[in-house]
Amino acid sequence: MAILEIDNVNKTFGGLRALWEVNLKVEEGAVHAIIGPNGAGKSTLLNCLVGRLAPDTGRVIFAGREVLGHKPHEINQMGIARVFQTPEIFEDLTLLDNVMIPAMAKRDGSFRLNAWRRVAARAELREEAEQILEDVGLAEQRHVVCSALSRGDKRRLEMAMCLIQHPRLLLLDEPTAGMSRADTNATIDLLKKIGERGITKIIIEHDMHVVFSLASRISVLARGTFIAEGKPDEIKGNPKVQEAYLGGAQA
Amino acid sequence: MDAILLQVLNGLDKGGAYALIALGLTLAFGTLGIVNFAHGALFMLGAFTAVSFNKLLTLQKVVLDTAHKTPWGDPVEIRTPYVEAMFGDFGKFMVDWSVPLSILVAIPVMLLIGVIMERGLIRHFYRRPHADQILVTFGLAIVLQEIVKHFFGANPIPQPAPHIFAGSADVGAWLGLAKGTIVYPWWRLIYFAFSAVVIAAVFAFLQLTTFGMVVRAGMRDRETVGLLGINIQRRFTIVFGLAAVVAGLAGVMYTPILPPNYHIGMEFLVLSFVVVVVGGMGSLGGAVAAGFLLGILQSFASMNEIKSLAPGIDQIIIYLVAVIILLVRPRGLMGRKGVMED
Amino acid sequence: MFAKTARGDWLLFAIFTAVVLAAPILFAPIGAGYPDLLQKFAIYGLFAIGFNILFGLTGYLSFGHAAFLGVGSYATVWMFKLLSMNVLPAVVVSVVLAGLFALLIGYVSLRRSGIYFSILTLAFAEMSYKLAYSVLTPITNGETGLQVRNLAKAGVVNFQHGDLRILDRAFGVVEHGVPMSNLFGIKMSGWPGFYFCAAALIIGFFIAMRISRSSFGMMLRAIKSNQNRLNYTGVNTRPYLLAAFVISGMYAGMAGALLAVTDPLAGAERMQWTASGEVVLMTIMGGAGTLLGPVLGASVIKYFENIFSAINENVLHQVFSWLPQGVQDVVVSILSLFVGEGWHLTLGLLFMLIVIFLPGGLMEGLGRIVSLFKRGKAASDAAQNGQEA
Ligand SMILES: Nc1ncnc2c1ncn2[C@@H]1O[C@H](COP(=O)(O)OP(=O)(O)OP(=O)(O)O)[C@@H](O)[C@H]1O
Ligand SMILES: [Mg+2]
Repeated sequence: MAILEIDNVNKTFGGLRALWEVNLKVEEGAVHAIIGPNGAGKSTLLNCLVGRLAPDTGRVIFAGREVLGHKPHEINQMGIARVFQTPEIFEDLTLLDNVMIPAMAKRDGSFRLNAWRRVAARAELREEAEQILEDVGLAEQRHVVCSALSRGDKRRLEMAMCLIQHPRLLLLDEPTAGMSRADTNATIDLLKKIGERGITKIIIEHDMHVVFSLASRISVLARGTFIAEGKPDEIKGNPKVQEAYLGGAQA
Repeated sequence: MDAILLQVLNGLDKGGAYALIALGLTLAFGTLGIVNFAHGALFMLGAFTAVSFNKLLTLQKVVLDTAHKTPWGDPVEIRTPYVEAMFGDFGKFMVDWSVPLSILVAIPVMLLIGVIMERGLIRHFYRRPHADQILVTFGLAIVLQEIVKHFFGANPIPQPAPHIFAGSADVGAWLGLAKGTIVYPWWRLIYFAFSAVVIAAVFAFLQLTTFGMVVRAGMRDRETVGLLGINIQRRFTIVFGLAAVVAGLAGVMYTPILPPNYHIGMEFLVLSFVVVVVGGMGSLGGAVAAGFLLGILQSFASMNEIKSLAPGIDQIIIYLVAVIILLVRPRGLMGRKGVMED
Repeated sequence: MFAKTARGDWLLFAIFTAVVLAAPILFAPIGAGYPDLLQKFAIYGLFAIGFNILFGLTGYLSFGHAAFLGVGSYATVWMFKLLSMNVLPAVVVSVVLAGLFALLIGYVSLRRSGIYFSILTLAFAEMSYKLAYSVLTPITNGETGLQVRNLAKAGVVNFQHGDLRILDRAFGVVEHGVPMSNLFGIKMSGWPGFYFCAAALIIGFFIAMRISRSSFGMMLRAIKSNQNRLNYTGVNTRPYLLAAFVISGMYAGMAGALLAVTDPLAGAERMQWTASGEVVLMTIMGGAGTLLGPVLGASVIKYFENIFSAINENVLHQVFSWLPQGVQDVVVSILSLFVGEGWHLTLGLLFMLIVIFLPGGLMEGLGRIVSLFKRGKAASDAAQNGQEA
């Protein structure tokens, strides 16, 4: 069954058609990769999904509920979490705080005035937070302030921040960009591991190694529309895809 | 009809002052990205340039006239300003025209102050958060006004307009209305005309010169202009100096309308900020339009008919407009979409 | 400075309480050991602690908090006039009213962020100030300020001639001379006045400490750090901000109430935006976002205000009488810029220096000194042990 249905979404910026009649179905539990040349509209599509942008027309149904028109925090509470293309973390808080916050948001909902009890006293949250930092390999640095982290570590931290919420759908915008080969492989392993927890994932990636090691399905976006969709093998041999990439590279 | 016209006129001079100050604020914000809480102090410094110039001109030579005695038996003191003693009638003319003449002094003085301010302080805050900019310029404003207070005292110092501009013009008669229906002080008309000229000059400078072109491009997209390798630093300094001159001139010419004291700048600053926000942060046209608009609105709100409907409205109309604008159209009347909207 | 543990917090709180309670003795050597000044430390310290909950934690810079201070003062004096000279009902009503007022202003202002938020709060505060001077004179008594008067003759309900004080009347309190605020009979002047303010400060500090360590406090910090991320994390930031705004407004209301308790008079100038600037200054000076910083900043500023504004040229001449006459005159005329009336100049300069060189305030300065000391020690340790500390 499809957990996410994108139905005829259009988005223009001034005269630019960033998204044009975009349709997509993502199966529950799938790892769905979206690939395409630079400027194809991949991030724009994600922005529409999480409430950062409002598309001009179209519908987005997640687990039977309309997503469009909701605020970002409401969409997150529905069970969609996102890792951004440029890391969005709480730079001047510690790693532990960074993962505690999403954990609290998951547990307490979008607002709960808990102004008296010490955070540090909430042992269950803390254990969970330390566990997730362990999973992404950042446990050592849990008391470090984030601004000191490398770009790759920030990305991993952001992934941990999303994972601790046990989202039903995880959106990853170029999760390995700027990572070393070793870090990329570690990330692939991590994503495979969380695949076992049954989280549906949409991954945007330029690195084909990552795409083909993870994706169960691939959609190709070029100049704002999907031009192909299928299993990894089908996409590999698709002439339209090659043309789009070459064309995109020339433009 | 004439009542409405009169209120429009009434709003023009104040609106002119708002527009001039807001213009400088917007220039500084649009090009340099600086939120300058010391901009009102520049207006105040301009006003006190006029005061100092007048003081200088009226420095008096005291001659003792031994032929005549006061009732107390002392020789009579004859006081004549040095300039009169030196230049005769021309000296008299200079004293009479001290406010308009101060403009000539104020331009270099304010330019210098602006340049020093930018080089010495503002420049180090381009990359700091807006909150820090607000705080440091707020501190500077206090410092400047306290220095002025130390030297000029706390009381307002009236400045005379030149004699020929004393009294009022019968504006109604010009418009073919009955005599005496709309009379309006000459100097306030002059102020309006003056502000219009300065605004036109600034716009011409920005539209017609290559320098202005770069500045406008910078206001649209600061990063790109920086990338062009144009020496942005020096231009920033000049833009800031220009903003200082505009604020200073607004202050000079306002002295006959409102005798300046050391915190006149603060009062205008708060209002001018509101003007900038209403006009749209970073929009020069918006700043000017909103300046006049709010000036006129304010004078309408102080009509008795309106005050009896909504008591106190004259005190808060500007703030009220700002609140409404910010809530329904955060980018302001003429602000560009997406510029600091949240 | 203190570990983020519960025990560290209790220790911090215990030391804070001890210092505040012993202030009359501790501050005597620097000439501040008298109630008038110490209660100012406490009142403005409380104001700044509250302001810090908004500005220090969320980064939202309000330029209108003096409005809540003013509301607190007016409400207190009105309660004195209407109910009783007992401070408890007055304080409670003031805090609640200031909170409601903050709810209203915060609800609107928080629809924007950044400099727009600052300007909105500034606009609201200026509106309040202007209205207090004009149409609201029946409530505020305009430029004269609102004052407590003697009890009116029975049946007279005209505040020009006398106050109502329903409760006092009901309990048959007899007034001799100018009515004084009291706590069940203990007059709120002199030392009792100070200790009342000190108690408020201690409670306020404790609450702020709890907030700062709670998950609410963590959310506020997260707002300052990256509000965008917080939204995509499922947190609705606006109610958190509004809660912080209202709480800090209530602190300001409390401070305003205490000002009126120790001197039953309320004037509109308390609401002017320069007064809002002052609390910003205190918070920054001490260290925004820290627990002790705001109190420290408020005390330092009030202390120097007290000293500097008392110095005049005569005093300076005495101090520098050992210099030759000409030099003495020059030195005195330069220094006189900064003292007496010129105290505000010093304040402005101090403000600039702090923002430029020490954005973290005095607490950061102290921290630097401590770490310098530690590093010095660590370096020598490292040299001995042959390893990096
Ligand atoms: N807020 C915006 N305003 C105007 N144009 C935008 C905006 N966001 C994106 N665009 C434009 O829309 C197009 C699609 O951008 P998008 O960021 O979605 O591409 P992408 O596929 O994510 O590319 P990349 O692989 O480089 O991340 C681009 O041409 C971009 O310039
Ligand atoms: Mg992208």
